[in-house]
Amino acid sequence: MVEVTGASDQPLLVAEGLTKSYGRLAACRDVSFVLYPGEVLAIVGESGSGKSTLLQMLSAQLAPSGGRVSYRMRDGVLRDLAELGEAERRFLFRTDWGYVHQDPAQGLRMAVSAGANVGERLMAVGWNNYGRIRQTASSWLERVEIDVARIDDAPRTYSGGMRQRLQIARNLVTEPRLVFMDEPTGGLDVSVQARLLDLMRSLVNELGLAAIVVTHDLAVARLLSHRVMVMKEGRVIETGLTDQVLDDPREPYTQLLVSSILPA
Amino acid sequence: MTVMLNVENARKTFTMHLQGGILLPVVQGVSFQVTAGECVVLSGPSGAGKSSILKMIFGNYRCDGGRISVRHQGEMIDVAGAEPRLVLNARRQTIGYVSQFLRAVPRVAALDVVAEPLLMAGVARDEARARAGALLGRLNIPERLWSLPPSTFSGGEQQRVNIARGFISELPILLLDEPTASLDAANRAVVVDLIAAKKQAGVAMIAIVHDDDIRAQIADRTVDVTTFAAAA
Amino acid sequence: MNAPTYNFAYLDEQTKRMIRRAILKAIAIPGYQVPFASREMPMPYGWGTGGVQVTAAILGPKDVLKVIDQGSDDTTNAISIRKFFAKTAGVETTTSTDAATVIQTRHRIPEAPLRAGQVLVYQVPIPEPLRFLEPRETETRRMHALAEYGLMHVKLYEDIARFGHIATSYAYPVKVNARYVMDPSPTPKFDNPKMDNCPALQLFGAGREKRIYAIPPYTPVVSLDFEDHPFTRYKFDAPCALCGAEESYLDEIVTDDKGSRMFVCSDTDYCEGRQAAGHRGVESAAPHKEAANG
Repeated sequence: MVEVTGASDQPLLVAEGLTKSYGRLAACRDVSFVLYPGEVLAIVGESGSGKSTLLQMLSAQLAPSGGRVSYRMRDGVLRDLAELGEAERRFLFRTDWGYVHQDPAQGLRMAVSAGANVGERLMAVGWNNYGRIRQTASSWLERVEIDVARIDDAPRTYSGGMRQRLQIARNLVTEPRLVFMDEPTGGLDVSVQARLLDLMRSLVNELGLAAIVVTHDLAVARLLSHRVMVMKEGRVIETGLTDQVLDDPREPYTQLLVSSILPA
Repeated sequence: MTVMLNVENARKTFTMHLQGGILLPVVQGVSFQVTAGECVVLSGPSGAGKSSILKMIFGNYRCDGGRISVRHQGEMIDVAGAEPRLVLNARRQTIGYVSQFLRAVPRVAALDVVAEPLLMAGVARDEARARAGALLGRLNIPERLWSLPPSTFSGGEQQRVNIARGFISELPILLLDEPTASLDAANRAVVVDLIAAKKQAGVAMIAIVHDDDIRAQIADRTVDVTTFAAAA
Repeated sequence: MNAPTYNFAYLDEQTKRMIRRAILKAIAIPGYQVPFASREMPMPYGWGTGGVQVTAAILGPKDVLKVIDQGSDDTTNAISIRKFFAKTAGVETTTSTDAATVIQTRHRIPEAPLRAGQVLVYQVPIPEPLRFLEPRETETRRMHALAEYGLMHVKLYEDIARFGHIATSYAYPVKVNARYVMDPSPTPKFDNPKMDNCPALQLFGAGREKRIYAIPPYTPVVSLDFEDHPFTRYKFDAPCALCGAEESYLDEIVTDDKGSRMFVCSDTDYCEGRQAAGHRGVESAAPHKEAANG
């Protein structure tokens, strides 16, 4: 079992004063935080609160108007993402990072088999043995509870929950240290959500993954995250231990969010 | 005697923004100490703030003033002002919380639910499961249930699973939030024994119990929470 | 009546220069697809407009031109293109691989080994090997730039998963000079090994897609594969029915309306040359089966 947080005093990712403006509209204002290895941070807020913009900046898909994001590379050096070359950034994206999209069709190749979807990252880093790639893909399908008999089927024949689990396997196969998740359970039935959350929780624990999860669903935040950041109108208005923020919310807006959820 | 927990002048007030921002004072001037091997029972009527104090110590509720010092890894840390990751670390290595309600993880077997704290502490899986089984047996959970997720259990069974999960750890501080409520006499006796064993092992405990008989059996000292009543 | 006069080899000199610059760049960066301002030609797209423009740009008065279509010198397309250049450039044409200095081809590489000084011009319909899985041109360009070629193996993986072996039998992707992955045009994979370390210059023209790429002489060209599913050239079960060749690429010919078939060399020049030298086949149909050539 991997030690979850506190294992390392070296931050994995550091965000400093992140700001994104579109003309006079500030989508994200002055966001700073530090993420440690193995730590799961939930970013919660309503649509339009700036959480998706923030996630895009954190994952180097969107250049900030101000501030910066630094990431500790596998060699231990903390690097400003804006200074990475495109090749380095893309390499990071398919090795040390994962990105789970809300819509699995965005994160999967819908027309190629599940096995190839999982194997793609391995082939991208030079794996050249079909048997080993397939074996690794099979074991990942098992880990995400997909019947290995479906390995040669394309995800367009899968249910929504299976697609999302496949997307997770595709991301985790290179053993990333940080996974970004954008509303990972959005659009799924409640029963399917529960199973997916449970699976993500155990994978995150077993692999000692750090994760940044954007969600408007506080139940997702409670089940998955150690820490939570509440966003409103582009600003972080409250942050702290997840159970503390959810059980003892301080800000008016957070109290409103918490009071809006139905009791489990 | 080693002081494991030192609460000094802690204060808690809820601000109910959705009710026009009214202030709901809970406790103030909370001060007491707990030493290793001691069980302190918080007393007072419902609503006096006993559970809130436990939650403040656990870091679940924020503290609006004062200090809550906990001996963590040989040093006193202030939970009221600590970084989230230090609080999480303290929860893993120092402070355990046994509540009345199980926050059941769906689809995980009871045996693994109970064994998890040991696994987190680095105990080998086989040994952790063996110890979890022994404890579940002691709390009269039949072996045929061990492999099932506790979410399918009756309320009393769930509570005993939760008690087992709380007591299996080797944490030096335990917060017990009505651990014997709704248990039958036999299981209450088991819990009393477990608490006695923890005392022997030098564990500092803060408990809330409503049953006078149980309180008499486990309390080394009682702290009357009504003396911390906040002026409304 | 005076025949209309054309500039030498049909295209005007400025256009030929533009194309030559693209060709030079393509040779300098083996396997890289160079964009060029493809012109309208007096033939429809798909009939070899890319190859014809490349040929027009490199042809000199002393060149000897051969044109093949699927290995054959005598199909409509091959004859038309040969006539086109005979008329517009007045160059000598031939069907002999050995006699030719410039060979324009659609979908085959001649069986006879090419030599230094010869140029092989391929007509290419779709130059982008990554197109199968990635429809965005911006993305495929970036993948080439960063040599991100995992996707190519995804395609091969799919083949093995579906058919038990790499079933791609034409347009089989290659890596040129250990850098760019390239689509060798729809030539059968049987011909892939001929591209490797070839003494002749190989030029590829895609008219509709406006791309030119090249393999300079003596450049390493490796067919992509997996360790445990290596690239194999296939071998036909029976020799050519006409000339008895065992190592050539065969076409299936239906000989009557009862389904009788025979298999003969697709390279007509090669086949005729062998027959002239006294080689004979059985003139009977052989079953067409692929087998790994171990």
